[in-house]
Parts: sequence; structure tokens; C-alpha cells
Amino acid sequence: MAGLVARKDLRVEGRGRVALNQVLPFAFIVMVMFAFALERLPTPANTGDTLLELVAPGLIWLATLFSLLLLVQRSFAIEADDGALDALRVAGVDPVALFLGKASALAVQLAALEAVLLGAALLLYGTELRAGGVVLLVATWLTATCGLAAVGTLYGGLAAGARGRETLLPLLLLPVVAPVLIGATRAVEAALGIEDTAIADGWPWFGVVAVFAVAFGAGGVLAFGPLIDE
Amino acid sequence: MDGAVIELVDAVAVLGRFPALAGATLTVAPGEILLLRGPNGAGKTTLLRLCAGLLPLARGQGRVLGFDLATQRTAVRPHVGLLGHRNGLYLDLTVAENVAFWGATAGATTGEVAAAVTRLGLVGRLADLEVRRLSAGQARRTALACLVARRARLWLLDEPHAGLDAAARDELDATLREATAAGATVVVASHELERAGALATRTVDVVAGQTRDAIGGLGAGRPLSQPSDARQPSDESDGGLA
Repeated sequence: MAGLVARKDLRVEGRGRVALNQVLPFAFIVMVMFAFALERLPTPANTGDTLLELVAPGLIWLATLFSLLLLVQRSFAIEADDGALDALRVAGVDPVALFLGKASALAVQLAALEAVLLGAALLLYGTELRAGGVVLLVATWLTATCGLAAVGTLYGGLAAGARGRETLLPLLLLPVVAPVLIGATRAVEAALGIEDTAIADGWPWFGVVAVFAVAFGAGGVLAFGPLIDE
Repeated sequence: MDGAVIELVDAVAVLGRFPALAGATLTVAPGEILLLRGPNGAGKTTLLRLCAGLLPLARGQGRVLGFDLATQRTAVRPHVGLLGHRNGLYLDLTVAENVAFWGATAGATTGEVAAAVTRLGLVGRLADLEVRRLSAGQARRTALACLVARRARLWLLDEPHAGLDAAARDELDATLREATAAGATVVVASHELERAGALATRTVDVVAGQTRDAIGGLGAGRPLSQPSDARQPSDESDGGLA
């Protein structure tokens, strides 16, 4: 059933192309605006990196978080537009399957978005990949994506029935995802060798992201049903 | 009443703080087509949502298809089809994709989904149109096809004729009669009394959150086992209906 829900969400995105035509350009514009805002600031001393290179990992994840808000709102808007969430409840769709299905579809969209944002960082900020950090980079990318998809789906379900959900979601979600922003940024800094950080220094931060992903994955499985039922 | 599909006794359901159902008593036998009639805000929609397991039973007793609404309201849902004011469709998906999705949630085969699409006349180019491009009537027919594909044992329909043209209304009525002939039970809330009354085997009035058997009304037939016409609507409950 989770696969059915995920395929449905991805098919809806394939038709509406909101992520492709709106969220992706939005994320790219955020990256460009960061570049405009930061390009004239002086490069820190004692480093061969430009300021934009130094802050690129954090900017990638910030742009990802802003885009996550739009993707989550879209994910639940398609359920709210014509009362489909009620229909899903009446159809007896297992809330766990619903959570996993919606989170999976969200993760696929996020993963694609993050790949594009990394490409944008390479292009705009002069970020360079290093071969030794690829494993850490990919592990962080996948784990953070799963964690963000889980927490986004959980809080999207929480806000779905609330008045003023468009403004409520950022207020609820952004503080909660701070550990991912910090952990994933530090891990990617290590993977990219920002300020000569050793790759080994990134793995504890990857652990933070992994704990977050597991916690909110489990929390979503347990809490999503009661949340959408109230 | 043994074997009743719906059995409510003094059922109370609240929306926020207000009792939208204020002691409704109702028994529906298998195979009935029951018409609920009453003014806006009387509690018809709330009664349907209570029976679908979407609202908790605040007080009283309620059983639907043998499931206790106080303790098993989520268990009743897969056996119920609810068509509310909104259609419950995905606007970016086509007619065929919507029916296939909702049919799949109930384990319907490809053949059953195709039969449901054909039964509601959603064939040819129409089947491949996105729902957002449909007229209101076509979207309503798509929602009905989803119900047919789900093979629900109890159909709860809120203004099902709304937006349909004459031919589609006839098609809907025929579909509901077929469903009851196949063993389903139908409860219809409607303001279109002539059309829905001709379809119904019995009519119940819903007034201020309470039910009373219609006397001499359209479609009136079998009496309620526990009529509640002794109760009078209170101003408080009337004012609180959503």
C-alpha cells in the first residue's frame, strides 16, 4: 500500500510538475541570491577557499530546507484540494503505509533537488568535490534526505488540518530540522574538505543525522495515524 | 435490531464544542436505500461522517456493519464508501487513474476497475482527462465510479445528485439500485426530495441533530424500530450545527 501511495504522489507530481517548474527554480534562485549577498565579503585569512566555498554546504542545506517546506505543503495540498485525505481515511488505508508512501515520494523529489543544488554549488560557488569524501557525501545526502522526508511528512500531517497551515508549517518544522542543518552541513564540509577538515571528522556529524532520521522515521510510523485522525 | 447495518441509539457527535448530532436514534436494515432529509445544518452530514467512522461517538451507542463506533470506528471504514460534498479525487490524475487508485486501495482487480469506469460512462477520451478539466457532473461521476470500484457494503452519499445532468442522475439511481440488489445498503442525504424520494425505500427526517421517521413523506416505507420523535430539538443544539 505504501508503494501505491508513493506512486500516486509521484504521478501527481509528474502531471502537475510543481517541483520541477516551481520548487526547483525557487531553490536555484535562493542559491543565486546567496551568491549575490556573499560574493563581496572578504575571504577569511589563512585559507585557500573563497567565502562562498566555505559556506556552500550550509547554503545547500538551507536551500533544501526552504524547498522542503514547499514540497511538504504541495504533498498535503493534493490531499486537501478535493477532500482526498478524508477519502483515504474512509478507504481504510493504513496510516503507516500512508506515512511511508508519502515520505518516500517526498524523499525521491528531495534527493533529485539536492543533486541539482550540489551541481549549482559547484557552478556558482566554485565548490570542488574530493574523491575520498564521496562515501561520506552520498551517505549524508541519502540519510538527511530520508530524515527530512520523514519529519516533513509528519509535520505536514500535523499541520494539514490546522487553520493557517501555510504559515504554521514553517514555524513548526524549521526549528525541528536544525539538527539536520547542523549535522549535514558539518558532514558535507568534511566530505568536501572545507578548511582542510578531515573526512573522519564528518562521520560523527553523519551519526547525528542518522539518529535524527531514525527517530523521526519511527516517530512518524507511530504518530502519523493519530495526527491525521484528529 | 439483529443484522442491522446501522444501529444508533441516542448518538451524540460533537463538532468543536457543539453537538451536531444531539441524540440521534436510527436503524437501517440491509439492502435499504434510506433518504435523510432536513434543513441545512440539521446534522445530516455529521450523521454520515459518524457512520463512516470519521467522527467519534461522544455519547450513546452506535454500531455500523457490526462494528462498535465507540471502540472500532477505524475498523468500519474499509467497508464503507462515503461521498461527501467534495469528491475525494486527485485533480492532476486522470479519471482512469483516480478510479484505479481508489479501487486498488480496496484490492479491486483491473477488470473491476474497468467495469466501474464503464458503468458510470467514463469511457473513451473522458477516461484519459485530468479531473481538473472535468465538469462538476463528470467529476461527481468519477467519484461514484471510485465507490463502485471499492465495492463498499454501505454507501453514504451526501447530495449525490448535485451537479449531475438528467441522464447522469438516472445512471446514478440505476447504479444505487444495482448496488443494493448486490447486497449493499445506501444512505442518501439530499435536498432533492423528489428525485431522492423516488429512489429511497424509506425516509428519515433529521432536525436539529435528531432523527424522526418521516410520516407520509416521499419514500416512507418501513418504520424505525426505535423512533425518536418524542424528542424536541433544542435551541442550543440547533445553533451549534455545522
